[in-house]
Formats: sequence, structure tokens, C-alpha cells
Amino acid sequence: MKIIIIDYGAGNIQSIKFAIKRLGYNAVLSHDTEEILQADKVIFPGVGEASSAMKKLRASGLDGFIPKLKQPVLGICLGMQLMCRHSEEGNTQGLGIFDLEVHKFPNSVKVPQIGWNQIMGLKSDLFKGIPESSYIYLVHSFYAPLGKETIAMSDYAFPYSAALQKNNFYGVQFHPEKSSSIGEQIVRNFLNLS
Amino acid sequence: MLTKRIIPCLDIKDGRTVKGVNFVDLRDAGDPVELAQRYADEGADELVFLDISATEQKRKTLAELVYHVAEAINIPFTVGGGISSVEDVDILLKNGADKVSINSSAVKRPELINELMAKFGSQCIVVAIDAKQIDGTWKVHLVGGKVPTDIDLFEWAKEVEARGAGEILFTSMDHDGTKNGFANAALAKLSNLVNIPIIASGGAGEVMHFADTFKEGKADAALAASVFHFSEIAIAHLKQELKKEGIPVRI
Repeated sequence: MKIIIIDYGAGNIQSIKFAIKRLGYNAVLSHDTEEILQADKVIFPGVGEASSAMKKLRASGLDGFIPKLKQPVLGICLGMQLMCRHSEEGNTQGLGIFDLEVHKFPNSVKVPQIGWNQIMGLKSDLFKGIPESSYIYLVHSFYAPLGKETIAMSDYAFPYSAALQKNNFYGVQFHPEKSSSIGEQIVRNFLNLS
Repeated sequence: MLTKRIIPCLDIKDGRTVKGVNFVDLRDAGDPVELAQRYADEGADELVFLDISATEQKRKTLAELVYHVAEAINIPFTVGGGISSVEDVDILLKNGADKVSINSSAVKRPELINELMAKFGSQCIVVAIDAKQIDGTWKVHLVGGKVPTDIDLFEWAKEVEARGAGEILFTSMDHDGTKNGFANAALAKLSNLVNIPIIASGGAGEVMHFADTFKEGKADAALAASVFHFSEIAIAHLKQELKKEGIPVRI
């Protein structure tokens, strides 16, 4: 299986690479569109600030390329947020795969949310074998609200989207690569998608 | 519901785990990667590695350690100790650290926090603050708590939040090593003052100290070292007891 982690200079990609290695696969970093097209699975990571990450995507022409991919694509954390239509962070136009607008958490809760929270209302094969209310690890100040593409929700101040899916595109707000054995199973499920 | 985090801290010197009692006496407590793996298996929510070595090879040794830890464990971890530049942080994050903790370098040059936020985002910046009460007021201390400053703990906490810290790791030098409980009054004040998570550190001796720091100290996470390293408190047991106290924990 050929697994590509999209490399656009945003964030810590070593952790997801190691998580895939622990499952017995080798993931390759690439920003080469020809190579990405050949992949069986594509991971779209992201850590940091939305507008600067989006700038990097535009500079490499990946912004128009990613939404056209046909194989399973998994956006993680900021990756998921960039797959939405818009983010309040830096007033950023996203890739528009998910029809949602990303907002900042209100000050009634501590921002960022850091730590382990639960996922509920699990849908799709991404969560095959994952019990309701499993704990996953999150670090984020911005969130995608619930919408028709929500396949898992979490609760911080209010219920919001912990995972999204539209066709071959999947996005998770949490870090499966840092979510212990539950996260490992979610990564395995993604790699097993056809 | 977001749970309260239990964080074992591993002090690292020349690639080995050590823990100072009151930051002075050092005792060997094992291989960091093995210890990290054990804590992850036991249910630790996160790990902190604090490098206290002062050798010229320090940077390289630490980067290698981070790489091996990231390779082995599937929970988040923070790395601190002598980090003073954007370049230092870049190397550690690239090798697989999730967060970095800065301390004295931020006091000496607070702009470092802004620079790190601009380049890496708030979510990976922990500002560690060591403080001690002098004549009834909490003063920030440097160099592992040895050097006092005139800086007020609470003023400094507000400043680091404004500059972009994602989290504060507060160690009370008055409580560290005593095993008499965390500095809950100061922690609660901090938690009300800033709107970023607070990690309580210094003073853990028994299970109820953790319950107290989450309830009275309003801490979001609690960090300890020796009680875990010398198996005085088992993490799984600790979490069961916290659950009985009505504290949300990941089990």
C-alpha cells in the first residue's frame, strides 16, 4: 500500500509517520502531485495557523489539487479545518470540501482545548470497532460546528464536529496518532478503507 | 467531557532519566524510552521530558531522544530544558515532540513566545513558570528555581498568555519535593486569571493531593515525577480514585 503524507511545510508530520510505521506500513512525505495521485491513501496533516498554512498550500498549487483527489484522504487537526469552506482564524478561505465554517471557541471555556475528550455519534467505517464515548486527544482553539458531514461529535462548551466525511474525504479534529490504542485503530481503519 | 490530565515528568540528563529532590539530589530512575512506554501503557495522559544536562552535545542528544520517544509512544509529550530559540523548537518538533516548554529563556526575552507562536502556533507552546513566595508574594525564579527575580507570578502569567502561550506549567518551589500537596491557592488564582490550561506541578505525595489540585486548585492537569518513578502511586489506581471523587479522567 502506498501512503502519502502531504508535505507542505506545515506542522509536525513525524508523529503520524511513526504511527503508520507502528502499524507496519511506510508513509512517504511528498508535495509532488504526480506521486500523490499514485497513492492508495493520502494524509493531509496540519498544525499551526490557518492562513499561513493555506498560503503554503496555494503557493504549491495544492489548494486546487487536493479537492480533486479520488482516493481516501484523511485531514488531521488543522488539515480537517482547512478542508472546510472558511475559517475564522486569519479570515481564511478553505478548500471547501466540507460545507462548514470554522469558528473560535468562546471564552466561557479555556482556549485552546488541550487533552482527552470523548467522541460520540460515530458513523462511517473510519470508526469501525470503536466504542461510543472513546477518548481521543485534541489540541485546538478553533472548531467546526455540527453539520450534515459530521461523523463524530465531541463536546466542549457545546457539541461540535470531531470528525467529518464527504465521499472519499475524511477529517478528524483530534490526533489519532496521539490517541493511544483507540487512535491506532482509527488510523488502521483509514488504511483499510477501499 | 474534557478530562483532567495526569502527567509524569521525566527529568533527563545525558539521555538518562533522573529526578531531583528539591531540584538538587539526583537519582537514576531508568531509560527514558522504556519509562515513557510504561507510563503510556499505565494510562498516563501525556508526558513531559525536562532536559537538565548542560553538555555541548545536549541539543543533538535531546533531538535523538525525542525521535526515539516519538517512534515508540502513542500519547503526546512535551520537551523542555534550555530551549531558547525558534531553531531549537523547530528541531524538536521535527523530531516528533508535540509541545515544547520554555522557561528562563522566555523571562529573559519574552518576545520569544511571540516568535514561537507566529511560527508554530500557540498549541505547542508551554510556558513553564517556577515561583516561590517571598514576603507573601509569589516571585518568578530562574535556573530551575535557584535564581529569584522581581517578577510577580500572576503578572507574568497574564503576559505569557497575551504573548501566545498555549498552556502554563506552574511549579511551586515552596511545594516541590515536599510531598505535602500542590500550591492550590495560587493555582486557583492563576486558573481564574488566565484562560489557557494550567498544569499543576510540585508537591504531589499522595492520591488525594491530585484530587485537591483539580478541585481546589482548578488545575487542568497535574504533573509529578518521583511518586510515579518510584511506584509510590500507580497511575491506574490514581485514576480510579479520582473517578470516585467525581473528577473526569480517561480510564
